[in-house]
Amino acid sequence: MQLSEQPGGRRAAPGPGGFDPEVVRKDFPVFEHPVHEDKRLVYLDSAATAQKPRAVIERVVRFYETENANAHRGIYELGERATKAYEDARETCARFVNAATPRSIVFTRGTTESINLVRYAWGRANVHEGDEILVTEMEHHSNLVPWQMLCGETGATLRHLPIDERGLLRTDLLDGLVTERTRLVCVSHMSNVLGTINPVREVADAAHAVGALVLVDAAQSAPHLGVDVAALDCDFLAFSAHKLCGPTGAGVLYGRESVLEDMPPFHGGGEMIREVWSDRATYNEIPYRFEAGTMNIAQVVGMAAAIDYITALGLDAIRAHERELTAYALDAVASTGAEIYGPPTAEQRGGVVAFNLPEVHPHDLATIVDEDGVCIRAGHHCAQPLMRRLGVPATARASMYLYNTRDDVDALVASLEQAKGWFS
Amino acid sequence: MSLEDLYKEVILDHYRSPRNKGRLDPHDVRLERNNPLCGDEIELFLRFDGDDLEAIAFEGKGCSISQASASMMTEKVAGLPAKQARAIAESIKAMMAGEEDGDPDVLGDLVSLKGVVKYPVRIKCALLGWNTLLEGLEEAGRA
Ligand SMILES: Cc1ncc(COP(=O)(O)O)c(C=O)c1O
Repeated sequence: MQLSEQPGGRRAAPGPGGFDPEVVRKDFPVFEHPVHEDKRLVYLDSAATAQKPRAVIERVVRFYETENANAHRGIYELGERATKAYEDARETCARFVNAATPRSIVFTRGTTESINLVRYAWGRANVHEGDEILVTEMEHHSNLVPWQMLCGETGATLRHLPIDERGLLRTDLLDGLVTERTRLVCVSHMSNVLGTINPVREVADAAHAVGALVLVDAAQSAPHLGVDVAALDCDFLAFSAHKLCGPTGAGVLYGRESVLEDMPPFHGGGEMIREVWSDRATYNEIPYRFEAGTMNIAQVVGMAAAIDYITALGLDAIRAHERELTAYALDAVASTGAEIYGPPTAEQRGGVVAFNLPEVHPHDLATIVDEDGVCIRAGHHCAQPLMRRLGVPATARASMYLYNTRDDVDALVASLEQAKGWFS
Repeated sequence: MSLEDLYKEVILDHYRSPRNKGRLDPHDVRLERNNPLCGDEIELFLRFDGDDLEAIAFEGKGCSISQASASMMTEKVAGLPAKQARAIAESIKAMMAGEEDGDPDVLGDLVSLKGVVKYPVRIKCALLGWNTLLEGLEEAGRA
């Protein structure tokens, strides 16, 4: 779908090759509103959540105004419209991740729920005492804690694939860590702290060689790199709408069709059943088996609009822009004397720059730069084990997306210099 | 108070040269607390003489607001009757919650910590030391 076809939507930017973040910015109403009364909003926290373009906001409004009914329930025309919008969104998601069939697309609340769905539905049926689950040392808590819990319940063992000094995965250790006992390997495609882009296919090949499955946390990669489940050869893949310019409350679990077919349900309730008696039930086919109760329909529809929006601009163009801006930011932030964590070049990382200024604690830094309208994250970024590995209690983090410009990076650096001045 | 003034006039002096920083031996109470969200850490040592908080010291790391507030706290409450230390801590908490204005007669210079109220996410940094003190007084049965 072309953006220009969206009622009320405006075409964002010239086609591939002509990507212009200044034009893209105009699609995002939030940037029309200053912060602290008169400061230009410098939003450098898209790894936490992305801003929303008008096309997405208007799509959600249009759903509520002209299509709102429960999906898969109503016999009447309005209900059919809601169901169609919801199922069209599934096809959009399937195309987005290059899934062979929309049956592989399960809607969830987001990455965290997608991963927990695998933990409960697949994990309880397939992981037993003596089995092993392998996670990497750079996982977000949402791709770590569920596996700790599953191991605690089942007596399975959790193992960790280390990273090296540059924040790259030690894939050379895969051989020793992936064994006959390994049932599942969980790897993030792109780190939300280091920005590292991981060689998921290499990990998947190692896992499949011993009959283990692979779960990919694509919370960061889906918005910034795009994902192709066929090329990654993964069995599960999870992402959130809100990080790719879509609404909160919607996300996707992709599951390999044959794996989903064999999986018992997650939540019990309406829509996930086929037939119910007072003491038992049979379950619906995939993917509905995993979508109990009324889903976040409008948000799912908004997610599809977000996917249409970023794919119309082109993931390649977005990635090229972010790579250029990240290279610029790495140099600019380093020029303040900050220590930067993660891979040294923009080729190896997404648009995430985690750093610390000597002498200024990241929380102080985030408060101080906020005075200038600059939004950065400070803390452990839901990756405490990784913080310990880096030997720091917390870091500051600037993360960039399609609407960021060199002006944003310059504003950050000016603000960092000021903070340094206060503390010197 | 502007953020710059808050930092330059209140926080940074104590952050750069914290008072009563280090272990206190012997001590009656030792407590370690942290702010899980921020990773701010504090280790508080209390020594009593009867009902008086005879000495107090702290170790810690974290943002300047957490560490400066703890330093200011030790300077204020050292030597006071435990009951009075507790009253000050309660008063600081009420001030930070926006329930009280902060009475300069009770709090003295600590009233300047009110500047943090404008930065809601930082309030728990400022209160880390104070909450730890209240727990310590409780644990010692001096509250
Ligand atoms: C790498 C990574 N995984 C998982 C998540 C969790 O996503 P959500 O909070 O949308 O479930 C995030 C977001 O913070 C993330 O960056």
